[in-house]
Amino acid sequence: MGHLISAAVTIVLGVGLAAAYFYAANKILDIIWPPRGPAVQAARNQKISATIRPWLFLGPALLFLGLYLVYPVIDSIRLSFFGRDGVNFVGFSNYVWAANDQQFRESIFNNILWLIVVPAFSTAFGLVIAYLTDRIWWGNIAKSMVFMPMAISFIGASVIWKFIYDYRGEDSPQIGLLNAIVQLFGGTPQAWITVPFWNNFFLMVILVWIQTGFAMVILSAALRGVPEETIEAAVIDGAKGRHIFFYIMVPQIWPTIAVVWTTITITVLKVFDIVIAMTNGQWNTQVLANMMYDWMFRGGGDFGRGATIAVVIMLAVVPIMIWNIRRLNAEQAER
Amino acid sequence: MARMRRRKGVWGKYMVHLSVVLIVIVWTVPTFGILVSSFRGKDEISVSGWWTALTTSEHNVIGRAKSPSDAVEQDGKYVISGNLLSGKGYVTAFGVRIINPTEFKAGDTAELPGGGGTLTINRDGSYRLVSDTPFEGSTGRRIYYTAALPPSFTLANYEKVLTSEGIGQSFLNSLTVAVPATVIPILLAAYAAYALAWMRFPGRAVLLSVIVGLLVVPLQMSLIPLLKLYNGVGDFFGVPAKTYLGIWLAHTGFGLPLAIYLLRNYIAGLPNEIMESARVDGATDFEIFVRIVLPLSVPALASFAIFQFLWVWNDLLVAIVFLGNTEQQLVLTGRLRELLGSRGGDWEILTTSAFVSIMVPLAVFFSLQRYLVRGLLAGSVKGG
Repeated sequence: MGHLISAAVTIVLGVGLAAAYFYAANKILDIIWPPRGPAVQAARNQKISATIRPWLFLGPALLFLGLYLVYPVIDSIRLSFFGRDGVNFVGFSNYVWAANDQQFRESIFNNILWLIVVPAFSTAFGLVIAYLTDRIWWGNIAKSMVFMPMAISFIGASVIWKFIYDYRGEDSPQIGLLNAIVQLFGGTPQAWITVPFWNNFFLMVILVWIQTGFAMVILSAALRGVPEETIEAAVIDGAKGRHIFFYIMVPQIWPTIAVVWTTITITVLKVFDIVIAMTNGQWNTQVLANMMYDWMFRGGGDFGRGATIAVVIMLAVVPIMIWNIRRLNAEQAER
Repeated sequence: MARMRRRKGVWGKYMVHLSVVLIVIVWTVPTFGILVSSFRGKDEISVSGWWTALTTSEHNVIGRAKSPSDAVEQDGKYVISGNLLSGKGYVTAFGVRIINPTEFKAGDTAELPGGGGTLTINRDGSYRLVSDTPFEGSTGRRIYYTAALPPSFTLANYEKVLTSEGIGQSFLNSLTVAVPATVIPILLAAYAAYALAWMRFPGRAVLLSVIVGLLVVPLQMSLIPLLKLYNGVGDFFGVPAKTYLGIWLAHTGFGLPLAIYLLRNYIAGLPNEIMESARVDGATDFEIFVRIVLPLSVPALASFAIFQFLWVWNDLLVAIVFLGNTEQQLVLTGRLRELLGSRGGDWEILTTSAFVSIMVPLAVFFSLQRYLVRGLLAGSVKGG
């Protein structure tokens, strides 16, 4: 209970301090360069304070961004060239180690699998579900059900799905839904998450289950934005439902599909919770993010190797980052 | 021809309904499974699937009759009687040999092996051991029977996880982390967003690009340098490195790019005329922000607050790096992960704990879904 009170105090203090800072900073600016007095003086003062004021508004946010994101990115890159304690310069040897490390290669392979499967299925399911639910009267209720896993933590979702994959000995009654279904159809129950290679897909299912709702919400809005005339024209030309969907609607929302795809890609690159909860990288399911966490603390922590793996994840993100920035600039130019 | 097409149309409509029903089932059944299981007893969970929770389940049980010293003499025979069940369910079959535990139907009388008398078990669980000679030995006889138990639900799991498994404490810890980490970034982000949207200054475009770039920086890049920094600060001031203040500030930093981006998009879309007329009236930027922009931006602020709250509540990585795993600091996600390790097969504990941990986000989700969707559509692009 004690720390709940300190949390409340922090909220009041934090918000109060922030508000006080903004108020005081503005006040001080106006006192030093008052926008009053003789016309020339006032105009000059106004110009000066107009130059400074944006930075007063931006100040605290930039401080946080600098300390918690910009500085760490630079420092992580630096650390990847240093040894385990971050003191001795070791050149590229961390990268050489990674290239030759069996587990690192396995992680790269698995990450590529994840990067292909999860965005593809989430986007495809999201698109189809968006299309179907837009055509029925209870579509919004259905959407809300598919969207719901978005609110569930990866770790909570892992418990939910681990229960589904649960395996009891061959002769006992199966309490995992998957094995019960397999048994119903005369198959042999298995400990699914321990079957190398295929177990990756059982983990991916969890993320697809979570991310489909996100894809659906965005794509549903995009589908509704497709101009009615294009569809009507296609209907007059004799196009059927499926053809309208694939040849008229989907091509018009390609940009949105790309946004959804890349957003899910970013999530996939950072996937950590699911792997640590389900297998902790055992049975050939290791991924970069989990391996990075592992090295960060293994044997007191190897910061050099941990940072190296983080940099590799970062490198995979960079193309998407550049694409996002170019998209933003194109949007800004349109305004 | 026209009629055929219409019939196909109706058929197609049914197919759409049917496929959506199937999709909804696939997407909700997993969560429903842990919800149902969290109300079932430990014994029921481990012997039958949760989908059988509403049906009567049969268990093969090895029971024990009362000891020979409880025998009474009736009409020259020795009798031991009692009840195997505690009031719930009924007996369907029983046996006297372990190799054939369902040899007799309830109500039948069985000869005990070796001619030691007879055993009768009734449907209600009452049994009678009858023998011509006194029973020997000091312990009661083993009885094999099949009990059918009616569906039963219990709140015992919740009571257990909230107290003895520490979920209750972790719930408070999660709340302690999530609320300040949601509130603190809002004001900082709103000021920055206003500056980026409505103030002119050199470097504005570059700054916006940087923020969009930071939106997708993997958390992994921040962990090691910040861990070093926190340890350094802790050593220097002689305070613990893992504190709530540390994680509040960390979540604030990590949440800011999304907050600024989301709010800037919204604030930039506010009508220009309002700003202009306020300026003409002599309002300063500070006054415009406080009196006009902030009140008009409430929907966007709400969207961000929901995102940030869900993100922080559901986060595991930041919590296990920047908070300790003591009773006073372990959050729900961290606790769940520990339970997965230590209570691997105890599904009554795991399902109940998982449900407690997802209860709050689900409530937030269902009550404020509108804002969540709006925020997503405003171009939020931050994943887990």
